[in-house]
Formats: sequence, structure tokens, C-alpha cells
Amino acid sequence: MKLKVKEEQCSGCNVCRVVCTLQNFGAVQPSQALLRIKGRFPEPGTYQIAYCNQCGDCADACPEDAIKEKNGEYNIDYDLCTQCLLCVDSCPLEVMVVTEAGYPAKCTGCGKCVKLCPRQAVLADRDARGS
Amino acid sequence: MLYGYAGKILKIDLSSGKHSIENTPQKLAEEYLGGRGFVARLLYDMIEPGIDPLGPKNVVVIATGPLSGHLLPGSGKTHFGALSPATGGYGDSNLGGHFGPNLKYAGYDCLILTGAADRLSTLVIDNDKIEIFAEDKLQGRGAIEAEKDLKDRLGEEFQILTIGPAGENRVVYACISHDFGRQAGRTGVAAVLGSKNIKAIAVRGSGNIPVFNPKAAQKKGEEMYKVCFSKPGFKTWTPYGTASITGWANEVGAFPTRNFQTSYADFHHKINGQAIIDRLLVTDKGCFGCPTPCGKYGYTKTAVGSAYVEGPEYESIATLGGSCCLEEIEEVAYANYVCDQLGLDTISAGVVVSFAIECFEKGVLSAEDAGREISFGSLEDVVYLLEKIAAREGIGAILADGVKTAAAAFEGGSEKYAIHVKGLEWSGYECRNAPGMMLSYMTADVGAHHNRSWALGYDVSQSDADVSELIEAGAGGPMEISSPDGKVDHVISMQHSRPLYDTLGICRLQTMEIGFETIHYEEVFELIAGRKITWQEMLFISERIWQLTRQFNVKHIEGFGRSWDYPPERFMEEPVASGPNKGRFIERKILDNMLDEYYEKRGWDENGVPKPETLAYFRLV
Ligand code: SF4
Ligand code: SF4
Repeated sequence: MKLKVKEEQCSGCNVCRVVCTLQNFGAVQPSQALLRIKGRFPEPGTYQIAYCNQCGDCADACPEDAIKEKNGEYNIDYDLCTQCLLCVDSCPLEVMVVTEAGYPAKCTGCGKCVKLCPRQAVLADRDARGS
Repeated sequence: MLYGYAGKILKIDLSSGKHSIENTPQKLAEEYLGGRGFVARLLYDMIEPGIDPLGPKNVVVIATGPLSGHLLPGSGKTHFGALSPATGGYGDSNLGGHFGPNLKYAGYDCLILTGAADRLSTLVIDNDKIEIFAEDKLQGRGAIEAEKDLKDRLGEEFQILTIGPAGENRVVYACISHDFGRQAGRTGVAAVLGSKNIKAIAVRGSGNIPVFNPKAAQKKGEEMYKVCFSKPGFKTWTPYGTASITGWANEVGAFPTRNFQTSYADFHHKINGQAIIDRLLVTDKGCFGCPTPCGKYGYTKTAVGSAYVEGPEYESIATLGGSCCLEEIEEVAYANYVCDQLGLDTISAGVVVSFAIECFEKGVLSAEDAGREISFGSLEDVVYLLEKIAAREGIGAILADGVKTAAAAFEGGSEKYAIHVKGLEWSGYECRNAPGMMLSYMTADVGAHHNRSWALGYDVSQSDADVSELIEAGAGGPMEISSPDGKVDHVISMQHSRPLYDTLGICRLQTMEIGFETIHYEEVFELIAGRKITWQEMLFISERIWQLTRQFNVKHIEGFGRSWDYPPERFMEEPVASGPNKGRFIERKILDNMLDEYYEKRGWDENGVPKPETLAYFRLV
């Protein structure tokens, strides 16, 4: 599932981030979430959501061709990954993380954040291919 | 392994700058759960009788609960406590936001501060790295300003607590601020931080919290959110947040107005939840894990000043709007903003200011005493008094110690206008036709605070309806006289259920406001912690904590007992001036009977002191 956001609806609860790490890493650890929420306070009182828009820069950066596109979504083939982490550095939105085992991780399009966001601030991009 | 908990307690001696880390004792977790339970037990064990609440021997405990930081509704709460400089007894307060969850991700269930730093400092907890650095630059700076400064310096991931000038100057109702609009407001824990020279505490937590069965806990957590989404109040209550009760509080004659001279404000429709949406709102803003964000972040513009501000929530509307008679929502919001920057609890501050204005109106204070003429309904006068208080200047030096102490200093019959219990100012519900709510305020461990028991709905409707149902039903005609019968049991039961949320580290509003069922907490607790404990068993723990905080007051307040449990004379002698409860008050003998019954049911003697067998039953001796 490709994501889109309506930042003006976000209330900063971070539910998306907690469910993200439970789903992807089996842990309650929002610092490892594959999307980020930034509150801009005291002014102008808005939230920014950094999320993977499947731009593919990570795939371009990978020297091993370990990140492959399928239906508009990029996924990491961990059999090919050599842990160089060039992909993580290349992510323009800084929404890739390094796992405890030293592997890169990116949004898998699982859609849990979309299902659980109480504000419908993270949404499925229905216009995108493969969603 | 203590699943659900971070597993460690961080103890910092500010005098030496040294810290130590110990395991969270299993027994403490089993007998007191967390949050408020940890605060009460640790303070009881650590604080010697006879110490100065504003001296280095006081202790500050900041505690999360077993459910804080997990995937479940309202898991963002943190509890704070110390020997209260406002009451001299047990003091605690709670806030939402993101601090507590991040303290747990950093590895700590609880933070204990002893001693005092030798100069104004910021404490930084960056996972396992603990640092204390001098903070001269932030001296005298507003609480929100200071938070912004630290966020810019340390980084966005840090969650920050700050105090304002009021805390630095040890105003006994100074509040701790966090997340640009969340406060641990009550009982003056921020003044204790100020006395310890702590301007700010920043935490970054990058780790995880161990969960017994992560897959099942995730599934249950997801289900809990979906249950919240399905409640009618999810859609009807959330847009207005706590301010949604303003109209109802007026319809039933419970809205403190003109320093509680009356319980109805004819301008209430101008300062309610709708007014916030129409005239202030920029965004809804919630705590960590919240499905129903009650924070209404907005922008206010007045003749006195303009500002971005979170709120006002209901309590601030009641005390700054009702009690000080600020008739426009922009004015209430601006006074709220001034309190937030100065680091003053809006509840106590509003009541103290309205007390001073009534004293002036009744001739107890002259213009010379007050520094100028002051009147109800003037934002300029409210801001003037708030600034004097925070700086402890002129009349503010006396008002900074709260209405009880100020009335003793002003004399002239002013104790009649001092609306408090145990030295803590009354929060936003007038009770002269609400015996259950009155008893709730009288017997709350920290003083006149509504969060321990909110029996007003029961006084009005004789039912357990949640707040969105009460609002939906309205007053339903003229107010009948509310009988004291059956109220004692209801108050006792609420004094266990409401503080239990503070013990678990979660928000109670999903239950209280939109009817989310408690069985879910019981179920998720088992999956997270790997042990079963029923809600009923948790309520027993909450009762144990209630007994402990009472005993804390007996231990620390000289002569503590029954005489500390009465409301101000105004509520027992003076008829309500106007509105739905015009002419009513509750005679002292009715309250005496309720107290007798309450003490007996609590296992306390006729002076309100826990009997030895009661303490033994709860394993407190
Ligand atoms: S779950 Fe939704 S509302 Fe909450 S922080 Fe994420 S995007 Fe914002
Ligand atoms: S209802 Fe309000 S106080 Fe409770 S968790 Fe949500 S935002 Fe925080």
C-alpha cells in the first residue's frame, strides 16, 4: 500500500509509530518507526508527517540491487543486502532506520498506520499503482 | 522479567550530581502497580516528618505506569509527586503528552530526585547518559519559551519538562509544563523543582519496553482503538474536548462564577467549546496514544496581547472565565497563556486571582494594598495579578502562597472568600446542590481537586452516565434538591476507580467521557505483563493507595484530622446568589453526617485517622 497524508488532521498521538514498530519489529519502540511526526510548536501549531512515498532513491543508491520495485512499492531483499547502509543515507525523507542487527529497514506498505490512525491523517493512496 | 515495565528506577541526588540505577522491585509493582502508586509509596518511605517542602530534603518522584507507552488508548500519562508546599501534606499531579512513554523507552519506570542543585540547572536523560548542566540562560524565562529553546538545542526527539518563573520563585501552585500546553498543575510540585534548582528535565528514549506477548498485545491494542472509534462520543465529544461540559455545568448550576459567589454565568455560551472552535482553533492536539485528542491548540488575539496557546480546557474556563468573569473566549485563552508561560496552575491561579478581586470588592484590600484597583471581568487586572504572583512582588508575595495563607494574612473576614480544602484551591465545580461532589472535594487526599472523585454527574442524574451522555441528556428541567443519600458509597468507589488510571499510567477520559469499557485494560494488562489481575483487584490496590495517602497526611501535617475535611464556610452558610441553584447551600450538619459515614466506611476513627486495623488490613504497617 502506498501512503498519502493529510497533515492538518494529525493530532500528534504517535499511534501510527507504535503500531509500525510492533508490526515490523515485534517491539514497542517508536524511535525505530518508519514514519515520523514532528510537531511545530508553539508556532504555527501544526504537525508534519514524514513518510515513505516510495520515491525509489534507496533502490538507486543500493550497489547490490537489493531494493526492488513491485507495483510501485520498494522492498529490501535481505538475502542480497550487505549492510552497507548507503540506502539509509540516501533516503531524502529520513524515514529509513537501522535495525539492532545492523540491517536497513524501510516502510513495507503494511498499512497498519492507515488502519489505526484515529484522525485519518495517514491514508492509503488509492490513486497509486498497487495499493 | 517485569514485562510491561521498563524495569529500572533512576535516582538522582542533585546535591552531589550523582545518580544510581536500581531494578524496579517486583513487590512494589505487584502491590502498587505504578504511577500514583509508586509516587505515594516512595514518598511515604523517603520523606521524613517535619521537613520544609521547599528545602532540599523534599523528594520529587516522577512515575509512569505499567500501561504507559504501550499500544493502547491514552497511554501517555505520567504522575508527579512531592510533599506539597501548598498543603504541607501529600501532593501529586498528572500530565499527558509524551514524557512518560519516552522515560520508559529510555529504560526507567520512575525518576526520583533528592537534594538540590547549587544553581539553576537542566537535567538531561539521554537513554543511559545522565547529565546535569547549569542553565543561567533560561533563568526567569517562560515555561513554553524554555521548552522551545531546549528543543532547538537538544533536538526534536527530546521530550521536555520545564518550569516558569513561578516555579523558580516557589509559588506554591506553580506547575510543570510539557509539550507546549500540557501541565502537571496541582499541588505545587513545580515549586519543589524550583527549590531544587531544576529548570527543566529532558528525556530521549530510544529503546523498547518488554512485552510478554507482543503479537497478542498488538492485536488487543488495535481492537481497543477500534472500540473507541465506534463510541458515539468519539465523534461528538472529541471536537470540543473537556470544554464540551461548560454548557451543562451552567444548566445544572455548578459553574464557579465571581469567586464562587454564584454557580451560573450568563455569558457561558461565549466561553464554551463551540467558541473555541469558532474563534481560536488551529489544530486538535493529543497526548501520546490518544484516540480522542482533547487539546485544542489555537491562537488568541486580545487588547492586552496575542498568543498561540493550548486550551483553554474546562478547568481553565471555569476558574479564569467563570471565577474571574472573563467573558470572551479570547480573554480566557490569553489569561491561560499567561499562566502557561509563567508556569502557574490555571486552577489555583484563577481562584487566587478571583479571591483577591473579591477581597478588594468587599473592602478587605485597598487599592494601595493591591497596587491598583482591581475588578472582576478585567483581563488587564487578571494579567497584572498573575505577573505579580509569579514574581512574588507587592500583593503577589502574599497571594503566591495560596488563598488559605493569604486569608490568614489579610484577615477582615477574608477566609470566607478563600475557596479551598486543605490549602489547595477548589477546581471547576460549584457544589452547593451537589453533596456527593462536595464530599469528593472535602475528602480528596491532595485538597480540593475533582480528579479523585467526580460525583457531580451522579448528584444530578443519579446514574453512572458518562459525560457525553450527561451533556446529551441536559439538565432536564429545573434543578431538584440533590439528596445526600447513597452518595458516600459512590464517592468512595470513584476515589478508587478514577485514581487507578493515574496508577496504570493512562488517561481516564476515554472511559469517563465516551464510555470505553475497563475490561479492555484488564485484558491488555495480562498480554503485556504476563500476569492476570482483574479490574476489581486493581481497585483494591487503588484503595490501599488511598489509605496510604491519608496516613501520609496524618504523618506530615500536625494535628491532621476532621477539621481539614471541611469546605469553606461560604458553601455551608451562604445561599447561591443566582442561577438554577439560587438560594441553596448545604448545612454543616448534613456534611457532618456524611463525614461520619465516610470515615466509618473507610475504617477511620471519628477524627478521620485510619485505625491500626485498617492499616494492617491493607498491609501498610
Ligand atoms: S496516528 Fe495519525 S494522528 Fe496520530 S500521529 Fe500518526 S498520523 Fe498523526
Ligand atoms: S483525552 Fe486528552 S488528556 Fe486524555 S490522552 Fe487524549 S489528549 Fe490526552
